[in-house]
Formats: sequence, structure tokens, C-alpha cells
Amino acid sequence: MKILSQEETRRICDRVMALTKADQCIVKLNGNRTGNIRYARNNVSTAGLLEDTQLSVSVAYGKRQGTATINEFDDKSLEKVVRRAEDLARLAPENPEFVPAVGKQIYKPSETYSKKTAAIDPEFRAQTAAYSIEASRKSKLVCAGFFTDSTSYATIANSNGVFGHQEETSLDFTCTVRTEDGRGSGWVKRSATDVSRFDAREASAVAIEKALRSVDAKALEPGRYTVILEPAATSDLIGFMLSGFNARGADEGRSFLSKKGGGNRLGEKLFDQQVNIWADPWNLDVPVLPWDDNTMLPRERTALIKDGRVAALDYSLYWARKQGVRPIGGHGNMIMAGTSKSTAELIANTKKGVLVTRTWYIRLVDPQSVLLTGLTRDGTFYIENGKIKHPIKNFRFNESPVSMLNNIEEIGKPQVIAGDEVQYSMLIPPMKVRDFNFTSLSDAV
Amino acid sequence: MERRTFLNISGLALGTMLIPVFGRAVAAEELLNPLAAKFKKTLADTALNAATGAGASYCDVRIGRYLNQFITTRDLNVENVTNTESAGVGVRVICNGAYGFAATSDMSPDSVANAARQAVAIAKANAKLQPEPVRMAPASGVGEVSWATPIKKDWRTVPIKEKAELLIAANKAGMEGGASFMQSLMFQVNQQKYFASTDGSYIDQDIHRMWMPMFATAVDKATNKFRSRQGLSAPVGMGYEYLDARAEHKVQAAGGVATLYTGSYDLIEDARAAGRQAKQKLTAKSVAPGKYDLVLSPEHLWLTIHESVGHPTELDRVLGYEANYAGTSFATLDKWQSKKFKYGSERVNIVADKVTPGSLGAVGYDDEGIKCKQWDIIKDGILVNYQATRDQAHIIGEKESQGCSYADSWSNVQFQRMPNISLSAGKHKLTPDQMVKDVKKGIYIVGDGSFSIDQQRYNFQFGGQLFYEIHNGKIGAQLEDVAYQSNTQEFWNACSAICDESDWRMNGSFFDGKGQPAQVSIVSHGASTARFNGINVINTARKIG
Repeated sequence: MKILSQEETRRICDRVMALTKADQCIVKLNGNRTGNIRYARNNVSTAGLLEDTQLSVSVAYGKRQGTATINEFDDKSLEKVVRRAEDLARLAPENPEFVPAVGKQIYKPSETYSKKTAAIDPEFRAQTAAYSIEASRKSKLVCAGFFTDSTSYATIANSNGVFGHQEETSLDFTCTVRTEDGRGSGWVKRSATDVSRFDAREASAVAIEKALRSVDAKALEPGRYTVILEPAATSDLIGFMLSGFNARGADEGRSFLSKKGGGNRLGEKLFDQQVNIWADPWNLDVPVLPWDDNTMLPRERTALIKDGRVAALDYSLYWARKQGVRPIGGHGNMIMAGTSKSTAELIANTKKGVLVTRTWYIRLVDPQSVLLTGLTRDGTFYIENGKIKHPIKNFRFNESPVSMLNNIEEIGKPQVIAGDEVQYSMLIPPMKVRDFNFTSLSDAV
Repeated sequence: MERRTFLNISGLALGTMLIPVFGRAVAAEELLNPLAAKFKKTLADTALNAATGAGASYCDVRIGRYLNQFITTRDLNVENVTNTESAGVGVRVICNGAYGFAATSDMSPDSVANAARQAVAIAKANAKLQPEPVRMAPASGVGEVSWATPIKKDWRTVPIKEKAELLIAANKAGMEGGASFMQSLMFQVNQQKYFASTDGSYIDQDIHRMWMPMFATAVDKATNKFRSRQGLSAPVGMGYEYLDARAEHKVQAAGGVATLYTGSYDLIEDARAAGRQAKQKLTAKSVAPGKYDLVLSPEHLWLTIHESVGHPTELDRVLGYEANYAGTSFATLDKWQSKKFKYGSERVNIVADKVTPGSLGAVGYDDEGIKCKQWDIIKDGILVNYQATRDQAHIIGEKESQGCSYADSWSNVQFQRMPNISLSAGKHKLTPDQMVKDVKKGIYIVGDGSFSIDQQRYNFQFGGQLFYEIHNGKIGAQLEDVAYQSNTQEFWNACSAICDESDWRMNGSFFDGKGQPAQVSIVSHGASTARFNGINVINTARKIG
């Protein structure tokens, strides 16, 4: 598949918009080429390449809107997709919450593309798998992993003057290494826009070390502990909570950010003073597109939590208009302020505590308090007098990220981590947190 | 960063449900014209010949056309109507003892032949890294056959207006019942799947599925409390007739606390009840933590079966193929080989199948062309079998595949997926009301809620939709803040009673995730109401900020 240039996509968008006399027309064009390799039991199990492209056209007559998409760009296909969108718009019920598309915007480009990542080939993928397979075999360990890379473009346009085009690259690598007897397990995850920031050998070594160190775990009584949470242990908890920073839900009384008696808790201090979280599409570690696909508004550098206070909520175009608020593009990444301290330094400063590599299978138990449950996995250790004393069995936790971010004792150096089930690119520091609530033991390794 | 495309179908903050979007939107009228079988056979033969010509010892071709319609409503508004179509061809080969796979959306003979040759090239590359060749269990070709979900009403012929009006009427009923906000959705699926292999099979299947999730939320701004109750429908392998709301398909929960549904669903009635019960939850008593005898309705128990029996008995997990994503399993081969591993009490019988009418798993043939069947997983409490595909059958001494192969799209390679996994009904006559009579201190749970389980499937925690106190054999006050934590083997060994066949019904999952790249599958789980003694219940209420 050809990655279309800005001129090529602009030509397609202009042709689409010229084909309709509807009150407004929105065009979105995306294409991607994604390669992957998967391995398990020290063997490659599958490898593949998928190419996909999509043109989406939304038209509106008054408050009636219809959307259709197609994956061919010849004149006949463009005509067909526009007529389909028009037909659906005529059939659709009027949406009282319809808001017209935004007018012309300026999108300041972000560095989401790397030539080197775009050049990744099957050999590179096979070599990545081979590094962890060979290193694991040498240590008599068993590894399973997945490497995927993608090159894509995104284009948006509308009949009110919007046009944006940008290319993106990305890679994700995860690897689980287990001892042959199944008593030890380690894991690593790496994500990057630029492949030169990725080192398969370094990553595999982390998983191997964790696997070897986690053998012979001892049981620790469940309860509240001081914990050192590595970034992969908090990314989904924080991401989950931020997905609830929605103004409408809060204003309607169905959110942990709803205020007693009505309204929302914007500006209230809900977290520890040290907590500062913001979004920034131009951050070089976790760059994202400079617009939000949904509203077509530009993304901005936005404080989400400032000195422990709720600093911003997400508004849809409809809710912003209803509440008289200036809407901005929804954020695509999340950056949490940290220090220069390493995880090792946090451990050294801890008298008694638990080091958590990763949390997993996180589900919402109670939206009222954002109570989440889940488990530790792939490397949980007991810390005593500043040293890792021994591996411990995994725990189930029942904890709210709001409480977690209130109980912070010390923060380390932020690291890039992509959410497991949460769709943000994140830069999160390891954290030392007191009173983290482990409610039961798990026999799982 | 792994970017997936999701359609956000819920405005509920934190209750947000993300569903993967496949394919491209199409006009509804186009969905009714299937591809001609002759065209598919010719295209399949092109791929088979190209693959064998390039050196493949085996090849299968899946020509898929996947049609979906999603309707989402919020309160009295229709938020979205989306029609999608995805069509293309996936080719899997074995060459030099290794698998290769390639897929294309371009259904021209040249493109399909090229995909087949690409798959062979990938297999040859993979073979260099593979110490043992793939061993496929024998399967005879079935020739040219077809299978279709036995639907009575085709969702594709029901006007969008009628469907939207039904959902809005349900939302209205929920708000009249006491909900502050309502949301209801309709997922409709038609998969036209054609499978051909070098074994001599040409299988044409037409599969239909439906699901109507619904959410009622009650808010009390004075106390700043909110609570939700989800719908009690099941996702089904049926047509639009599931919405017929027939009187003979309604059953009463124990103590008459809710109306439950079997062969069809009354969306409006359930929405009204959901609104009322969401409001009641705002003032329900908070549970005292401790040990309780749990009486679990099939609308709840399906999810516990799914997580604690379905996933751990997937053979690929047992062997370590899912170690990097979904995890492995405590139900290891040595436990199965011992023929003594007591998974549950002697009354626990778990059956796997892909044939139960109306179930999500029901198809004629799996994605390796194997005719579907039924088999035992747990017999009288003992682990006796797993779920396997053609290349796994030899590992568990089976002469043939159990037909557990599935791919969620033509563009993804097929692999082992969970068939329907169900708890057999109790052998003695027992109704839920009779079951409750024997309980001194218990909780009756209806509907599924929060769920989480570890990567080897030992430790789990489940919530629910409706909770009622059971005291000295009687159902009492509504409870809130309930979740139970247990260990799979302890839990199933604590099973002390199972209601009879008359109470047996299915529920299931429309979006079960597994694999890398992740694929979603559909699966049903049947059960009668069952009782589990002395299970640990925690109170989930917390105060923040």
C-alpha cells in the first residue's frame, strides 16, 4: 500500500467535498501498514503483514447526519461513498445534540514519524524475536513475545475549511520470560515512535532478570503496604481514571468528579500536592497527532492535574456549547511530572515495602470512587532496609487511583509506557505509595 | 504505541465500553446480496493452486464478508447508526512444516494468488526458526456443503426506524421507571464465511448474531450518589426474533425479584425494571463482609464459568502460547493426565459444544473446516479434557480436532478459541426458590458485573447487577457494594446444589479478547442457578477526596 502524500490526500478530500450539496461535509482518510511477529515456547508462532486504508465521509442536512466509508479512491468510488452518506443522513433521525463542524484550524505539526521505523522489514522483526529467544534459551528460560510496527497517515478535512495531514510511525514490543518449571516469570514492554530508541537486547534482558529473580516466591499476608509501583503498574490505573475526566458525566452527577448538590469538581484538590499531569502532543517521547479526530480541534498543551488539583475536564462540542465553555481537542497522551530518581533509588529509600513490576486485568468495581481491582504480575518483590529481599506471591488489589495519587511518598524519573487496555501514550514515573490495598493472594506465576 | 481503532459506544464516564470497529460502513441494502458460491469456489481454488504450486503441503482459504449494524441511543436521542462491511481473503499454508499467513482485501484472482505465495514465503522463513513441524490431526474433506444460523427474522430486513424506535421506547420506559439516564444499543452481525482447503472442503456458512446491551443510571444529586443497572438480555446466535418478547420465554427469578428471559427478550419491560432497580440501589443496604452461601443465577454464573473454566481449559494457554498476553493456566497437562484432578464437586459437569441452537458458538464447521460437536471438559468434578484445534489434537491424544478454530476476520489468522462452555443442569428436580430454602446466610446474585481473574486463573473477583440478602431460607433486602473473591478450585468444589434442566439457559460474551494482534470472539455459557457455600464476600464501598 502506498502511503499517500499531503497533496494526494488533499486532492481526494477536495474531490469528495465538491461532490455533495449537503449543508456540511467531513472527510477522514487513514491508511496503515502493520507488520508483526509473535513467538511462544522459544519459537516463532506467527508473523504477518496487514495493509489497510479507509475513507470516511460524513454529511449533514440540518441536524441529520450520515456516515459512509470506502477503501477505493477512484472517481466512481468517491461518488458512491458520498451518495451513501447522503442517503443515510436523509434516513437518520434528527439529533437534537447536533453541533456543526468546526471552521478552519491551525495544527502545529508534531514529530510522530520516523523514517527508520517506517523502514522496518521482516528481517528486523525476526531478529527482534531471535534476540529474546536466544537469550532465553541460553538461560534455560522460555519466552513468549510480540513485536508490531506500523506506518500510517491521517488526513482530516471539512467543508468549513479544516485540513490536516500527518504521518505516523509506532512500534510496540512485549516479552514474557518464564522459568521451565513455571515458578518464575518476568515481563517487559517497550513502545516508541522512533525505532532507534528501541533496543531488543536491553528489553529482553529486563524480562530475563525478572524471571530469574521471581523464582521461589514467598507468601506475604494481604493488607495495606507501602509499594513501589513501576510505570507499568500504574499506567492503566491512571489512564482509567483520566478517561473519567469527562465534564458531561461530572455535571450530570454520574462521576467521581460530580459535586454534591450538582456541578463538577474542577479546581478541587483531590490528589497529593506532588501530582502534576498534563497532555502535550509535541512531547518528543510520546508525540501524538496535533488534532483530535473526533472534534477536529487542535490539541493543546493542557494541565489535567496541577499541584494536586483537577485542572481540566473533557468537553464534547455539544456539552461545551451548552455550558458556555471553550472546547479544545481531546488529549491523546499523558505526561506525569517526576524527578531524576531511579527505581533503584526509590527502593534504597524504603524500609519495608513491595515492588510491583506490573498490574493486570484491571476492572472497575465502583465508578463512584473509581475503585479498581486487578492483580500484580511478572515480578513482585519484598523490600526490606532499602534492598530487594525476596520475591513474593502475587496479590489482588482493590484500590482507587484517586487514593493512590493521594498517598504518594516519593516519585522517580518518568518513563515511556503505552497503556495495556488504556489508549494513551504515557510518560509515567515510578512511585512510592503508602497504604496500597492488597486484598487477597494469588497462586498465579 | 499500539493503536487500535475503537468505537466509543457509551457516554458513561468510566463505564465507557469500547468496541472494536471492523470494516467500512455500507448502505443497508447492499448487505443482502451475498457473494455467489461459484465466485468464491473459483477464487478459493486460485489460492489453493497458487499455494501448492509454491510448495505448500497444506492450504486453507477463508473468504469472508462481515456485515455489522450498530445502533446507539442515549436517553431520547439516537446517537449513531453505523453499517459496516469488511470483505477479503485470508490464506493460511503449511510449508516445510511451518505456518504462513497472508490476507488481502483485493479479491481479484491475481491478488489472492499473490497472497497465497506470500503466505508460503512467510512459512519458509518461519520454518528456519522452528524445531518441530506442525502436526495436523487428519480431517477428510467434506466436499461442497453449506450451513446457516436458523433465523426466523433477518435483522437486515427490519427498518432502522423500527429498531431506533424500540430502543428509544426502552429508554423512555427506564426513565419512567426511575432512571435519570438511559442508554441502549443494538449490535447486529452477519458473517458470510467461505472455507476451502486442500483436504477437499468447500464450506459456505451464513451466521447471524444479535446483542442488545442496556444501561440505566440513577443519580441522587443531594447525596452525590449514582448507581447503574444493566440489562439482563443475552447475546445470541439468533435473528431479530430474539426481540419478540414472548410470554412463554419469561421466567421469574427466585423470590420474584426480577423477570428473566430465555428464548426471546422483552427490552422495554427489562428497561423499566432496570430504571426502578437502579433507583432502589441508591438506598440499598451496604453488605457486611464475610462468608456467605451464594445463589448465582445463570445471568451471573456464565461469566464465572467463562473466566474460571472456559479460559483455563484452552489448550493453547495450557501449553504457553498465550503466555505473553492472556496468560497460561493452572489446569496443566499433568493434572489432566492424573485423571484425578478434582476441579469441582462431584455434581459439577462442564460440557463444551459448538452446536447448541441459539448460542453464539453455534456454527456448522469451525475455521479449519471441522464439523462441530459436543464433548466433556469436567465429568463428575474431574478434569477430563480441553479445547483443541487440528494442530493440538495429538497433544491430548485426540484422533481428530474438537473444532475450536476461529478467526474474527478474514484478515486475521485462525487459532484456538473457546467453544460454548456450559455447566450441566442438576440431575434432581430443584427450582431456584427451593434452593434458597436451604440457605441460612446467603446472597442471591442476578446479572454479571465487574470481573477480574489472574493470568493462571486461580484468584478471581466478581460483582453483579442485583444482590439480595438470604436469611433463614428467605430472600430479604436488596444489597449493594457486593463482590466475591475466591480461588477457582475451591469455588467449584464448594458447589453444593444445581437447579434442574427447567432453569437452564445461556448467556455470553460478544467481545472476548485473546491473541496478538488481539482478536475478539463470541461465546455462550449455559447454566442453571447454582449454589456455592462459604464464599468470601467483600464490601466495595470506598470514600475518596
